[in-house]
Amino acid sequence: MSNLLVVENIIKNFGDFRALNNVSIEVPEGSIFGLLGPNGAGKTTLIRIINQITMPDQGKVYLGGNELQPHDIQNIGYLPEERGLYKNMKVGEQAIYLAMLKGMTKAAAKSSLKYWFDKFDIGSWWNKKIQELSKGQAQKVQFVVTVMHKPKLLIFDEVFSGFDPINANIIRDEILQLRNEGATVIFSTHRMESVEELCDHIALINKADKILEGNLIEIKKQFKTNTFEIGLVTNTKEAIQKELAEKFEVSTANFKSLEDELKLNIKIEDTNAVPDLIQFLNSKGTLNHFIELIPSAHDIFVKAVKQSDNE
Amino acid sequence: MNKLKLIIKREFLAKVRNKSFIIMTILSPILMVGLMSLIVFLNIKNSEEQRTITYVDQSQLFSDTFIDTETTTYKDLTKLGIEAAKEATQSSGYYGLLFIPKKDTISAVEKAIEFYSEDAAGITIISGLETKIAKKIRNIKLKNLEIDLHKIKQSDTNVTILTSKFSGEKSSKIGSILKMIAGGGFGYLIFMFIIIYGTSVMRSVIEEKTNRIIEVIISSVKPFQLMLGKIIGNAFAGILQFIIWIISASLLLVVLAMVFGADMSALSTSSPAMSPEMIEQMKQSTEGNLTLVLQEIKNLPLVAMFFSFIFYFLGGYLIYSSIYAAIGAAVDSETDTQQFMMPVMLPLMIAIYVGFSVIENPQGSIAIGFSIFPLTSPIVMLMRIPFGVPFWQIAISMLLLILTFFAIVFFAAKIYRIGILMYGKKPTYKELFKWLRY
Repeated sequence: MSNLLVVENIIKNFGDFRALNNVSIEVPEGSIFGLLGPNGAGKTTLIRIINQITMPDQGKVYLGGNELQPHDIQNIGYLPEERGLYKNMKVGEQAIYLAMLKGMTKAAAKSSLKYWFDKFDIGSWWNKKIQELSKGQAQKVQFVVTVMHKPKLLIFDEVFSGFDPINANIIRDEILQLRNEGATVIFSTHRMESVEELCDHIALINKADKILEGNLIEIKKQFKTNTFEIGLVTNTKEAIQKELAEKFEVSTANFKSLEDELKLNIKIEDTNAVPDLIQFLNSKGTLNHFIELIPSAHDIFVKAVKQSDNE
Repeated sequence: MNKLKLIIKREFLAKVRNKSFIIMTILSPILMVGLMSLIVFLNIKNSEEQRTITYVDQSQLFSDTFIDTETTTYKDLTKLGIEAAKEATQSSGYYGLLFIPKKDTISAVEKAIEFYSEDAAGITIISGLETKIAKKIRNIKLKNLEIDLHKIKQSDTNVTILTSKFSGEKSSKIGSILKMIAGGGFGYLIFMFIIIYGTSVMRSVIEEKTNRIIEVIISSVKPFQLMLGKIIGNAFAGILQFIIWIISASLLLVVLAMVFGADMSALSTSSPAMSPEMIEQMKQSTEGNLTLVLQEIKNLPLVAMFFSFIFYFLGGYLIYSSIYAAIGAAVDSETDTQQFMMPVMLPLMIAIYVGFSVIENPQGSIAIGFSIFPLTSPIVMLMRIPFGVPFWQIAISMLLLILTFFAIVFFAAKIYRIGILMYGKKPTYKELFKWLRY
C-alpha cells in the first residue's frame, strides 16, 4: 500500500512557541487516518500546513509522491473545525463559487452540486440563503462543499460536531463510501468512539511532538497487556483467587453478568500459558467468561499522552 | 489569476446586492438634490413674498426715496401722524412702520430714525432701508457741500490687477478659484472614497471572520489574493456607486431645474461650502464672461490632473484599504476596531485640514511637506496639482507613495494572514508586532 500523503520532519514556530517539532506522518492511500491529540497539541497547525494555509519553517509535504504544489489544493477537501459559510449568499451560488475556487469549471461544479443535493434530497435549498437554514442544515451544505470537487484527500476536523445522531450516521456512511471510491481521509477528532469505528491508521500528537503512529490494530497489539477478564462460577472463590495470585498479576474485574461468580483480571507474562490457564479454570468450576482485554483507542490515547507528559 | 477574478466578482456582487448599498445608491442623490432644491425653493419663496412697509416722514426729506419694487410696496402715512400710523400699520397687517422724525440738522435725523414692527424686523430689510436712506442723506450732504455728483461718479474707479507667472503664463482670480475648486474637490473625493470603502473592506473581512468561512476559503486561495480581491471588488462597487450618484444627481438637477425654471446659478449661491467672496467672484465671472471661464478651464493642467488623480486615487485607496483589511483581520467584531481606527483616521484628517490651507498657499513649505509625505500626499498633492507643482516634487511624492504602498501592503498582508485565523481575543499593538515576525 503506497502512501498518498507524506509529511516529513515538519517544524513550525510561532514566535518563541514551537507548534510542531520535527513531525512526520505517513498516510496510506485509501485509509482513514485518525489525527489525534489533546487540545493545543498542534493538530490544526499540521492540517493547515497540509492545506498550504500556513507554511512550515522546515520540512516537506508530499502528496502522491510529489512535493506539495499550489495547484494541489484542488486535490484536497478540507472541513475545518472553525467553519461557516457566507450567511447572506444563496446556497447554490455559494457552493459553486467555493468549488470554482478549488479549480472546478462552472458546469462541473453545477452538475456535482446537483448530484449531492439529489443524494441528500436537499434540492429545495438551492436558492435559500444560509441564514434561512438551521445549523444542522448548514453543516450538511458545508459537507457537500468540502467533497464536491472530488478530492483525493479529505481532511475532516471534528466532522460530526453540529450533527444530530441521524445526520451524523448519514455523514459517516458518506465518508465510508468516499473512501471506498478511492479517497483517502484524515480525521481529526476528540471523539474516540468514531476513531474506533472508522480509523484504520492513527497518529498521536502531544505538545508539538508525534508520539505514536501506525495501523490501529498494530498499535493495539503493541499496547495490549495480555490481560484476560474471566468469570468463573465456583464455591471456593477466595481460595482460587489466592492460588491464581501466586502465579499471575490478579485484580478484581467489573463486568455485568447474570451469575454470582468470581470476576478477575488476570495478566499473563507469556501468552503460551493461556491454554494452561483455561484448563486450570475449567477444573475449578464453570468458566463462562473469558476475554482478552484489548486496549480501546481511548485507553491508548490517555496512556500515551500521560507517558509522554511524564518523560 | 482566475481566482482573483472570481473573488473580485463575488465581493463586487456581495457589495452591490447588499440592501444598504442599494438604498444608499438610490437615496443619496435624491436626498442631496432634494435638499438643494428645498433650499432654492425656499429662497425663491422667500424673495417672492410680498410686503408693505409704511412710513411717516416728518422731515420731508425722503419723498422720492421709497419707490415700490416687485416685492415691497411703500405707503406714505405721514399725514396720519405717528400714533395713528402705528395703529393703522398694525391693524392692516403691514410688515412695519418706518418713522423719520423732524430734526434741526440732517445729522440729527440720521440718529433718530426708528422702525416698528410686529416681530423683530428682518436684518436684510433693515439694512436695505438703511442703504436707501444713507444714499439719500449722502446726496443731500454732498449738495450742501456744493460738490458735483457727476464729477464724483466720473472719479469712480475699478482696479483689476492682471497676474501672470514669470514664464509668461497668464493667471487670474477666476483661474485661481477654479483651481481651488478642482483641487479641493478631487482631494475631498479621495478622502470620502477611502473612508467609505476602506471601512467597507474592513467590514467584509470581519464578516468572513465571524461567519467562520475564512478558513474554508483560504484553503483554496492565498490570503493575499483574498485581501486583494476584496479591496478591488469593493473599489469597483464604490466607483459604480459614485458614477450612479454623479449621473443621477445631474439628471435630477436638470429635471428639477426645468420644473422649477430656476436659474442654475442660484444653486451655487446656496452651496454652503463656498465663501461669500468666492460666490461673488463666481457670479461676476459667470455674468461677466463665460468664455473666460472656459478659457481658464482649458488653461488648467487637465491631463496632469487626470493622470495624477488616477495615480493618487489608486495609491491612496490601496494603502488605506489594506490597512483597513489588516485591522478587520486583527479583531473579532466591529466594536473592537476603535483603538486601531484612530491612527488611520489621523493622517486623513490632517490631510484634509492641511489641504484646505494648502489651496490658499499652494507653494508653502507645509504644502510641499504634506504633499510628499505618503500618507497625506494622495489628498494634499492633488489639491496642489492644479496650481502647478515642480516636477521633482511630484516625482519624489509618487516614488514615496509607491514604496510605502509596497511596504504597507506587505505588512498588512502579514497581519491579515495571521489575524484571520485568530479568534477570541482582541490583540494589542505588541501582539500585532509579533505577528509580523511569524
